[in-house]
Amino acid sequence: MLGRFPALAGADLEVESGEVVLLSGPNGAGKTTLLRLCAGLLALRAGEAEVLGVNLAVEPRRVRRAVALVGHETFCYDDLTVAENVRFVARSTGHRAADADDALERVGLQRVANIAHGRLSQGQRRRLSLANALVRNPRLLLLDEPHAGLDEHGRAVLEEIVRSAPAEDRTVMLASHELELARRLATREVRIVAGQVHAVPPPAPAGAAVVAGFEPRA
Amino acid sequence: MSFLRDALLVAGKDLRIERRSRVALQQIIPFGGVVVMLFAFALDSDRTLLHQAAPGLFWAAVLLAVLLAVGRSFAIEEANRARDGLRLSGLDGGSIFLGKAAAVAVELFLLEVIVGAAVVVLYDVSVRGAVVLLCAAVAATVGLAATGTVYGVLAGGLRARETLLPLLVLPAVTPVMLGATRSFQAALDGTPGDAWPWVQLLTAFAVLAVAAGTVAFGPLLEEA
Repeated sequence: MLGRFPALAGADLEVESGEVVLLSGPNGAGKTTLLRLCAGLLALRAGEAEVLGVNLAVEPRRVRRAVALVGHETFCYDDLTVAENVRFVARSTGHRAADADDALERVGLQRVANIAHGRLSQGQRRRLSLANALVRNPRLLLLDEPHAGLDEHGRAVLEEIVRSAPAEDRTVMLASHELELARRLATREVRIVAGQVHAVPPPAPAGAAVVAGFEPRA
Repeated sequence: MSFLRDALLVAGKDLRIERRSRVALQQIIPFGGVVVMLFAFALDSDRTLLHQAAPGLFWAAVLLAVLLAVGRSFAIEEANRARDGLRLSGLDGGSIFLGKAAAVAVELFLLEVIVGAAVVVLYDVSVRGAVVLLCAAVAATVGLAATGTVYGVLAGGLRARETLLPLLVLPAVTPVMLGATRSFQAALDGTPGDAWPWVQLLTAFAVLAVAAGTVAFGPLLEEA
């Protein structure tokens, strides 16, 4: 429920470990709500949700420790530097402050490590969000419109992070309107429309064609 | 241990932000000074009254500054939805409370030293009973910071937080205002023995406020 509006009523989605699931759908369909729910930021008013085998309604803090959300906002402090923000996330999630340096290097932000968050460009902020997510070493990475504001280098960094996720024992759920880019990364796509989850058929192999849901005759 | 370590982490973060932004230095402390100076102008013709009212005016200035310090403490959590970042960290709500309240208390101590010096100079007050003054100031400051932090998180997520915060905090800290003023009055009058019951009241209030805040802050952070 969002206020009195029932969000994701009747939604049913199961994600396997190591999958990269793309959530597509129109604005206001419930993609962000689903990601925030999986992150433990929204309380479930009805139904059941299990994240990484943990009941969300019973142990939301345990879920939060195992997931990371890259959302529309950075969750950062404007007056702290890039490095201080990532170190704060590292230490507050039980990781070493030194892990922050590795995360910053991976997203290519070492050069601006001593710049205040408030002075960063939108793309740099997005990369900082990715660093904050990586430093937590999450088992589930939730990405909400991750391509927004990223330049070519930033998109390459994002692609590297998502592609290496299965090898790092990490599951990824990403919501995006940049479908062409997102489909290159996803192993599965589901479409959310008015809170309902619909499976999207996998792309047809070369030579075949799928038109309006009807498969051509063999 | 990790509870206290987490509290120190949050307090360190808030104090570092304040050191950088200098809001406490450039706005909250000057505000306290201006309030004290305005009272001096208003009551200047009656030096006796000004002298007698000095403890009450000092704590009134501190109380008004508490609203600014607490408001600022939660404004930094609203920008970029940093509050969600705190929630996602999985830190215990009690440790976040202790950290934020400790940071507000440190800022208030700094304010009290500077505003106190202004009161001594402008109101022509002789400082007596330093031990009582110090104990009362510590207990009152902890009580104010803890109460303000609890109501700060409650009002933090609301659009009307600027107007709601004073309405919530000021009635709740009436015992602090009363106890701190009376204990300061007794100490400055040279009868510190009369101050200790008020210091005990302040200490009891501070302990209750810290205990209640440690328990309540987590659920309030989730709901606000």
